[in-house]
Amino acid sequence: MNGPHDLGGLHGFGPVAPEVNEPYFHAEWEKRALGVTLSCGAFGAWTIDESRHARENIPPATYLAASYYEIWIRALETLLQRHGFVSGAELAQGRMLEKGTPPKRVLTAEMVPAVLARGGPCDRPLDTAPRFAAGAHVRTRNFNPATHTRLPRYARGKIGVVETVQGAFVFPDDSAHGKGENPQWIYPVVFDGEGAAPGLTVSIDAWESYLEPV
Amino acid sequence: MHDHDHDDHHHDNHFSPMEARVRALETILTEKGLIDPKAIDVIVETYETKIGPRNGARVVAKAWAEPDFAAWLKRDATAAIASLGYTGRQGEHMRAVFNDGETHNLVVCTLCSCYPWSVLGLPPVWYKAPAYRARAVMDPRGVLEEFGVTLPEDRKVRVWDSTAELRYLVVPARPAGSEGLDQEALADLVTRDAMIGTGLALSPEGRT
Repeated sequence: MNGPHDLGGLHGFGPVAPEVNEPYFHAEWEKRALGVTLSCGAFGAWTIDESRHARENIPPATYLAASYYEIWIRALETLLQRHGFVSGAELAQGRMLEKGTPPKRVLTAEMVPAVLARGGPCDRPLDTAPRFAAGAHVRTRNFNPATHTRLPRYARGKIGVVETVQGAFVFPDDSAHGKGENPQWIYPVVFDGEGAAPGLTVSIDAWESYLEPV
Repeated sequence: MHDHDHDDHHHDNHFSPMEARVRALETILTEKGLIDPKAIDVIVETYETKIGPRNGARVVAKAWAEPDFAAWLKRDATAAIASLGYTGRQGEHMRAVFNDGETHNLVVCTLCSCYPWSVLGLPPVWYKAPAYRARAVMDPRGVLEEFGVTLPEDRKVRVWDSTAELRYLVVPARPAGSEGLDQEALADLVTRDAMIGTGLALSPEGRT
């Protein structure tokens, strides 16, 4: 979707503001937000792609004004309601009113080191041969799906060069909507930089269906 | 006067809206048995004390010191980095990109906040905020200036937008004057920003 998250190439946000000796957290609630988000992810009820799409669906004015942990919490509330773990009434009242869906798994303290060390690999075996080889010239699709995609607007309808075949990954455009993993080959695709920027190249990691031969 | 409403003393009044919101959510989830608050403590402790940019600095130092490791890192970063024990969440699939006299690499995630947690820990706020995500792919030299980095005119800039589950680690150029340092001393020269590409490795004499 062409949501507020798709920020590449926008003006108006001012200079980057690095903070010297920045702490990992700027408030206690950010620590809990991190932990609650990861703990609920461990239910196994939604994919990382569905969670990203929930963040993208936050209304633009709210998204752009929110800190990233706030974005996480707003999206998490959406996911918890969508999957029946928590109701809107419970969120409004701040207490349990009913049991709700039992999750496949509850993350306990003992499980945390192994779960973090394992992560969530998204590479998958794929029987078909890659459509493109290193050096191939390709054009990225020019589309405007209302659903999840990982092809940013600034990189649509552009001619670039496939750098290499990087492996086969779960296809987020499907995975975000419960349509299965449907893995595809991915390729770093290199573009010349925008406008008058000699010596600048930009690459995205593109799923095969984002690309057409030129 | 002490006849004011006692509610004024409730500590809840000190909560920011987000603090209240997250507390409410954690309370509901705990009451339902869906989360273990102690698991949250372990997660936070892990990313405050165990998983941070020192991991990545050790990877870079080893690559500087050992050409065979550097070659492995270039060929199969996931395996080379895992050999040091750095694996897992948001580092499942790694690629290392090397700065040299010709090219400077810069990493961004324009669509969200993808970042190599296993080697750099949690991302800084600026990495997740709109200004960096908007401009890194359009005006990387301007962004670098805001970090105090001015590249030579003829240096090429390569920006890597992390649109898939591939996480990038920049291996900065080894600074002059670092010959003879052991790997722990070399790691001291490798800043978090140098491994994102918004900084350069420190020089041994300039390090405080």
